[in-house]
Amino acid sequence: MRLLAALLLLALAGCSGPSPTPSTTDFDPVSPLSGEVTVFAAASLTETFERIARVFMQENPDVTVTLSFGGSSGLATQIAEGAPADVFAAASPTTMQASGATGAQNFATNVLEIAVPAGNEAGVTGLDDFANADLAIALCAVEVPCGAASDTLFKQKAITPSVDTYEQDVRAVLTKVELGEVDAGLVYSTDVEAAAGAVQGIEVDSAAVDYPIAQLTDNEAAAAFIAFVLSEKGQKMLAAAGFGAAA
Amino acid sequence: MPPRRSFPPLLWIPAGVGLALLVLPLVGLVVRAPWGQLPALLSQSSVALALGLSIATSLISTVIALVLGVPLALVLARSYDWPAIPRRLIRALVTVPLVLPPVVGGVALLLLLGRRGLIGQFLPFQIPFTPAAVVIAQVFVAMPFLVLSVEGALRAVDTRYEVAAATLGASRFTIFRRITLPLVAPGIAAGALLCFTRALGEFGATITFAGSFPGRTQTLPIATYLQLQTDPDAAIALSLVLMLVSVVVLVSLRDRWVPGVTA
Repeated sequence: MRLLAALLLLALAGCSGPSPTPSTTDFDPVSPLSGEVTVFAAASLTETFERIARVFMQENPDVTVTLSFGGSSGLATQIAEGAPADVFAAASPTTMQASGATGAQNFATNVLEIAVPAGNEAGVTGLDDFANADLAIALCAVEVPCGAASDTLFKQKAITPSVDTYEQDVRAVLTKVELGEVDAGLVYSTDVEAAAGAVQGIEVDSAAVDYPIAQLTDNEAAAAFIAFVLSEKGQKMLAAAGFGAAA
Repeated sequence: MPPRRSFPPLLWIPAGVGLALLVLPLVGLVVRAPWGQLPALLSQSSVALALGLSIATSLISTVIALVLGVPLALVLARSYDWPAIPRRLIRALVTVPLVLPPVVGGVALLLLLGRRGLIGQFLPFQIPFTPAAVVIAQVFVAMPFLVLSVEGALRAVDTRYEVAAATLGASRFTIFRRITLPLVAPGIAAGALLCFTRALGEFGATITFAGSFPGRTQTLPIATYLQLQTDPDAAIALSLVLMLVSVVVLVSLRDRWVPGVTA
């Protein structure tokens, strides 16, 4: 039923679809921006984009930013189905492509990191422990970006993880670690940062993944929001949360 | 044949809109379905795995709900002479899982039976991430449907049969087994079917409490949700299977699933 409800919502969203605001050729950077911006962002961006949106709205008091977080793949599907988003920030180029968005720019990078419950009672030291069948292990489902990246990493290292659960997004993995239900999970380093105190991180040697951002509608305020994310101020907030700078 | 009741024609409008709201999304699903690729999509081994797990766990959940839920319904139905507060409290508690967001139910189960849970920390074995967790989540969410359905049937039973049996010297358990149970059998059957379909569709509590692992805890609704992330066509195909099973079960109930009209 939940799926049906989601599909119904999507259908309704499709009806009211994004109506592109007429583009103004004489863009005047001094005139105050106004309007609404709906931003769809990867689950791993939750705290950082909330912070960025708050500062952006302080600087542009007439703009309202609405944020919607979720697994990038699910968001991409919603956008492809006509969900009324103005901006999409994804956790992988693949999901950005799936959304049908064009003109995406990379704005940050992230690396995988092992998260263990505070105290690390199971004594996890590295990726090799993920093959231990006695440990409870959570990974992202391979359908979402963090799962695809985890899958690639384990194949590279020739490790066959003994997984207990494949979660629907990276934050669900983090929750299982925070609750102590699993001994270890593979998340992004920024997630470990976000849950500092409840989880401990163990760095792994993995390739950085690109986070692209794209404008979906012809909305001035949306362009300004993306510019803000790419600006020095936005980049500083991303760096503070543990994101790497885009290459 | 009951007499024809009058029906104000104006009510056809909201009734029609209401029906459309319930049915049209399903029509959308059927229309959008990739009929051509359906055999290929549904013959993937992962589909059989998820469907098999879903049906097996839902059957077990229904049996457990019957064993625990019918006596619970009896308690509820016979609680009319209790003081108001415990009577209302127990009824409210049985109804809570019906209105609680299933994800909250899943978190609650983790906090009770998880490794650091109230009870879970003392258990020598692990419950989360096992098929047992799937069954527990399903029973938690689906049993209230059975309890309320059976209770409605019990309330409609003519108690004079039980009184007569008692005057003839039957023990209380014999009365329950030989008189009460057969009288409410249609209500129990309807409740069990409703419970089974609800268990089959369970998603939120299951993914939270039991996680998702193909063949172990990944039920059909969870597989559908994950497929929707990358392959909407496959997700729609899975949704069709789920919808078909549910519709077949519910149609087989005919009009009997409304509590109270069964006996």
